[in-house]
Amino acid sequence: MATPSAVTRSAAAPGRPVRPRRTTELVLVLAAVLAAVYGYVEVGADLDGAVPADAVEYGAALGGLALAAHLTVRRWAGYADPLLLPIAVLLNGIGLVAIHRLDRATPGREAASTQLLWSSLGVALFIAAVLLVRDHRRLRRYAYLGALGALVLLVLPIFFPPVYGSRIWIVIGPLSFQPGEFAKVLLAVFFAAYLAVHRDALALTGRRVWRWQLPRGRVLGPVLLIWAAFVGVLVLETDLGTSLLYFGLFVVMLYVATARTGWIAIGLGLAAVGAVTVGWLSPHVHSRVVDWLDPLGSIAAGRGANQIAQSLFAFAWGGELGTGLGNGHSVLIGFAAKSDFILATLGEELGLTGLIAVFLLYALLVSRGFRTGIALRDPFGRLLAIGLAAIVGLQVFVVAGGVLALIPLTGMTLPFVAQGGSSVVTNWIIVALLVRMSDEAGRPAPEVG
Amino acid sequence: MARIRPKGNGPQGLPGISVTGRRAGTFCLLLVAALCAQATRVQVFEARSLNHNSANQRLTVERYARPRGDILVGDVAVTGSVPTRGRYAYKRGYTDGPLFAAVTGFASQAYGTTQLEGTEDDLLIGTDPRLGGWAVWDAVSRRQNPGGNVSTTLNRAAQEAAMRGLGAQKGAVAAIEPATGRILALASTPSYDPGSFAGSTSADQEAWNRLQTDPDQPMLNRALRQTYPPGSTFKVVTAAAALAAGVVTDPAAPTTAPFPYVLPGTTTPLVNDTAACDRPGQSLSAAMTASCNSVLGYLGVRTGLDAMAAMAENFGFNDPKLDMPVRPARSTFDTRMDQAQLALSSIGQFDTAATPLVMAMVAAGVANGGTVMRPQLVDKLTRSDGAVVRLMKPAVYRRALTPAVAGQVQKLMTDVVESGTGGNARIAGAVVGGKTGTAQHGVDNSGTPYAWFIAWAKPAGSDAVPPVAVAVVVADSDATDVSGGALAAPIARSVMRAVLGR
Repeated sequence: MATPSAVTRSAAAPGRPVRPRRTTELVLVLAAVLAAVYGYVEVGADLDGAVPADAVEYGAALGGLALAAHLTVRRWAGYADPLLLPIAVLLNGIGLVAIHRLDRATPGREAASTQLLWSSLGVALFIAAVLLVRDHRRLRRYAYLGALGALVLLVLPIFFPPVYGSRIWIVIGPLSFQPGEFAKVLLAVFFAAYLAVHRDALALTGRRVWRWQLPRGRVLGPVLLIWAAFVGVLVLETDLGTSLLYFGLFVVMLYVATARTGWIAIGLGLAAVGAVTVGWLSPHVHSRVVDWLDPLGSIAAGRGANQIAQSLFAFAWGGELGTGLGNGHSVLIGFAAKSDFILATLGEELGLTGLIAVFLLYALLVSRGFRTGIALRDPFGRLLAIGLAAIVGLQVFVVAGGVLALIPLTGMTLPFVAQGGSSVVTNWIIVALLVRMSDEAGRPAPEVG
Repeated sequence: MARIRPKGNGPQGLPGISVTGRRAGTFCLLLVAALCAQATRVQVFEARSLNHNSANQRLTVERYARPRGDILVGDVAVTGSVPTRGRYAYKRGYTDGPLFAAVTGFASQAYGTTQLEGTEDDLLIGTDPRLGGWAVWDAVSRRQNPGGNVSTTLNRAAQEAAMRGLGAQKGAVAAIEPATGRILALASTPSYDPGSFAGSTSADQEAWNRLQTDPDQPMLNRALRQTYPPGSTFKVVTAAAALAAGVVTDPAAPTTAPFPYVLPGTTTPLVNDTAACDRPGQSLSAAMTASCNSVLGYLGVRTGLDAMAAMAENFGFNDPKLDMPVRPARSTFDTRMDQAQLALSSIGQFDTAATPLVMAMVAAGVANGGTVMRPQLVDKLTRSDGAVVRLMKPAVYRRALTPAVAGQVQKLMTDVVESGTGGNARIAGAVVGGKTGTAQHGVDNSGTPYAWFIAWAKPAGSDAVPPVAVAVVVADSDATDVSGGALAAPIARSVMRAVLGR
């Protein structure tokens, strides 16, 4: 972040020879596939004492997907950031290994093959998005339509039965889908489009209250309304994690667009009021806050270890270096071990070292997204890239902070890693948009947007 | 971070998206940094306490993840590991559970460990640092050493003889090799099968509950963990103390013991069980052979409290940490009492109480020329590959008697077997020394007496230290004639025969 990137420089100085670094990307993608295959082999080696027979097929499947994505980028987005795709492949591969590893401890409830299928769909959508969205600015046109669609997606699960206390799933037969995952992309597009148009008005007009300049209701109204609708729906669905994510996204994008620090103050104030109210009113959320304040409290109370305690036990058992893949006991966490709590498996089996490596992968992915946003010239693109990167960053914080008892547990999926089709597909689309926009940012002869 | 503040880039000269975007990006990186800090807190600083939390099953899971090391009698393992289908991969198995339960104890997934399974647990599960090669590398790679093995000092034949002899009666046997302190047999009846509750299923729980509520207390280790008034067997200690203190110099010479002997400070005479004792001035030898309470009570008082207590402690009384390595209950001989109580204590009554192990040490110390060896149950500790980790070395516990006095006491004991109350312990072709005891207990002595016998034996004509000393107690027998000579001596005899090979 501190030094201007090559991408930025090339964009600022048109005509200078650029090195698209597609070969770097290819090498990194192959390294990511190899790392994932190695993990797969190690799970088999530790649990069975032998290299799993299907390691080659697994490697071929992941490698094929990664290669297809790479070739698409190479052909149609040649100036894209070379780190985005390898990081996505590596995180997805790590996730598949972790889920496969947990499958071994939960016979009869295999999830890795389904996840691989979803990942394939994700990569297919990645390729489609890179091919179809030739110019990200066209997305502006669909901003309001997208917002409406997102709202519909969010409202739908209310008509379906709740799962584990949250109404966020649409269940049709064996298929379950979490529409909130995809709605966040649409919402980011809407915010970016709206704020790009109205940022000056938001920043400059309105009345002044003490030191803060508040925008006029006419300008802020629609956006506030949409946001309130989203958060309201989510509170109804008791999906606190996603509402927290949307709220954070809203505040971050508003600040980036207007540079008004007052927004942060107002945002934090509203968040605090909302959190206290929900924590007070909803028993589901209240118990999560209680567990966060004292993760081991249920043990002292004689009710045994709750999920947060089990999660902390898993992390602690990993220590600095981890038990090695296949040697941990994170299955003790119980349900959601493969989704919301998958990070505990990584923490236990890869240790603090592996965990921080995973965090740094996310940090790198997020910072590349922000860098793309800064390098772009059109306000919509800038805000969209930053918004998408912020989604990943905030989601990682909300999930990881929850399972590490840094913040109350809210139940969300760790991007690319956790079990969950909607999540992995959505994240591939986010990366596709970032790839597309970084290609735009890195193009040596930029059109004026 | 961008330090420059661009003018006019954003609205009203406010910073533009390049700047605010970087700030927002920095904020996201700070969130990641917070995650790293929290992960470090949980995985490094709080790891130890979380790992040892009572609700954390990991230590237990790891503990049963591999087969446990074995306990050996001779060269034969009497334990094993049984694969389970549960979360705890292996549970303990026993080849002859009830036969060796008093030695092995149990290693249960649900109820913990006791006896050797408890004291040698680190070695058996493989966490003992002596099993490892490179401690640092083992810690980094989390390599788990396979569990080591514990070889006991037990003599299988002696153990089987002890269990067979006790049969359905409640009682205990302890046998020691006098020259080394090696424990040859340690039996307690009724016994139990430690394998019956080794797992963590409901069947294990039922078996455990049944044993816990059994009125016969099968899980009580009567050889180590229970003390009984030793009765007349304690007269060996009293005789040794009187000879060592010079109160008696010639066991065959008449003593000044009066009859009747009225307990000092009272009007109660100390009664005898047999009329043969009911005359004054009897010799120590005659008094031991007939087991005369009045003479030995008198001699105990003459010897004095301090000398009596010191002699008892030489044989292991009043030692709360007689670890071998399993810790026996403390055998007691009061160090503060009046003369009447001392007289009673000198014949093994009043508050005097001993474990069968300590009474075996009495016999062993006398047999070993007065040198009491520290009792030991572990012959050697080995790694799974057979390499020896630790080899047992005999250790002197106390030098209780001079060899001369020990010889005199040995003669007193052989007289008991050859012409006294211990005739049932005679073995053809062997020299046997012993002492019977029939200890009253309960309110007004209403309980069925404890039948005791302590003895040692060696092949006839051998000048070596007797290879076996034994103590037997039979408690609450159904027999009509409860006496040490009748009930306990035959058991001692068969144990000693097993060791002598006769």
